[in-house]
Amino acid sequence: MTGLPLTPSQTVGPFLAIGLPWPDGSTVVPEGTPGAITITGRLLDGEGAPIPDGLIETWQADPDGRFDHPDDPRGAPENETAFRGFGRCPTGPDGSYRILTLRPGALPSPDGGREAPHLDVSVFARGLLNRVVTRIYFPDEAEANADDPVLTAITDPVRRATLIATADTGDKYRFQFHIHLQGEHESVFFDV
Amino acid sequence: MTTPPPSPPAGLILPSYERPRGLHPPLDSPGYRSTALRAPSRPPLVIPQRLTEITGPVLGEGWVAPADADLTTQHAGEPLGERIIVTGRVLESDGRPIPHTLVEVWQANAAGRYQHIVDSHPAPLDPNFSGVGRCVTDSEGRYLFVTIKPGAYPWRNHLNAWRPAHIHFSLFGRAFTQRLVTQMYFPDDPLFEYDPIFNSIPDPKARQRLISRFDINITEPDWALGYEWDIVLRGSAATVFEEQEEQR
Repeated sequence: MTGLPLTPSQTVGPFLAIGLPWPDGSTVVPEGTPGAITITGRLLDGEGAPIPDGLIETWQADPDGRFDHPDDPRGAPENETAFRGFGRCPTGPDGSYRILTLRPGALPSPDGGREAPHLDVSVFARGLLNRVVTRIYFPDEAEANADDPVLTAITDPVRRATLIATADTGDKYRFQFHIHLQGEHESVFFDV
Repeated sequence: MTTPPPSPPAGLILPSYERPRGLHPPLDSPGYRSTALRAPSRPPLVIPQRLTEITGPVLGEGWVAPADADLTTQHAGEPLGERIIVTGRVLESDGRPIPHTLVEVWQANAAGRYQHIVDSHPAPLDPNFSGVGRCVTDSEGRYLFVTIKPGAYPWRNHLNAWRPAHIHFSLFGRAFTQRLVTQMYFPDDPLFEYDPIFNSIPDPKARQRLISRFDINITEPDWALGYEWDIVLRGSAATVFEEQEEQR
């Protein structure tokens, strides 16, 4: 592909909080939506210290595994809802974020297999010269996760586990997902 | 190395986005000290682009008000500083414009101070300038902001460290693969050669692509100087052909 040369990335710097957060950014569906799940977690650096000046963005399919997007070859979702698919939350002083959303459905994969329910995640922060990308999978989808082409490409079970959220004991609508940029517990990041 | 993705079955043909190599700054760039504990130590795992990656939030009309694109009229009075127009197009690498896509900007004021609680630079805040704007590109992919030329400012990366004047830009494009946050600079800034963030981009020619161009034709008489800056996001091609090319 020849053509125009691409624009390179630069860091969001320490002051992204004035420009990027939206008042309703972290709610992919409105508060109180039946069946909504909450994903919370912390963004941590190589020493395990919280990153208070980061931004977490999520992108995902709806509960039927559909995207409201012209390039989804299956066409537009049938049910029009307030589901936005996209979430955005700046990290707090303790590195924490929160996303309120619906559980995504499984997806057909171009290779004929299926992708387990997941969210794509972009992480931005001072000190990151480009975004890093990871994925959130669900702990109660063991069967689907075992067949997922991305998870199965990761041979080390410890590394693979960094992509799977933790269930909240007692509340099936709450999950935890920490993101370690570096170090012993470093999350798996993807080049997409 | 890229693992060639398997060929798609009929019925689920997806676009495929080019994968730039050597374009973006390496995450581990020691000259920029904040990378030390934040850059992942392992290289990212290359995965094929599937449905989640080739789609993305469609954040067009309805996400902004026209007034959001003028950073000089958001308060009771006019901000201090040099009024400027910043405009350009959001394109894919094949030259196709990306229409109706959200562009977000944030920046320091004319004195080099951000309206952010953590910014301790002893330069004045401007009560008439928040430094935040957004707009949606038109049918030809064009965006336009009216703002104030930001000042340079010191930071603590090293002794006598100063950032060249810049405006932060956030782009969505059409797909998750195209998401980009970057910075636009101004021509002839004497600070370029000292800035580890600007120089973290490996290719000097690619650095130059972040520098806007003064344009007398965009400049409005008796009112504001004009700068033009185009943003080029990863292009897409028909899947089948590109993947087969890669496998050869």
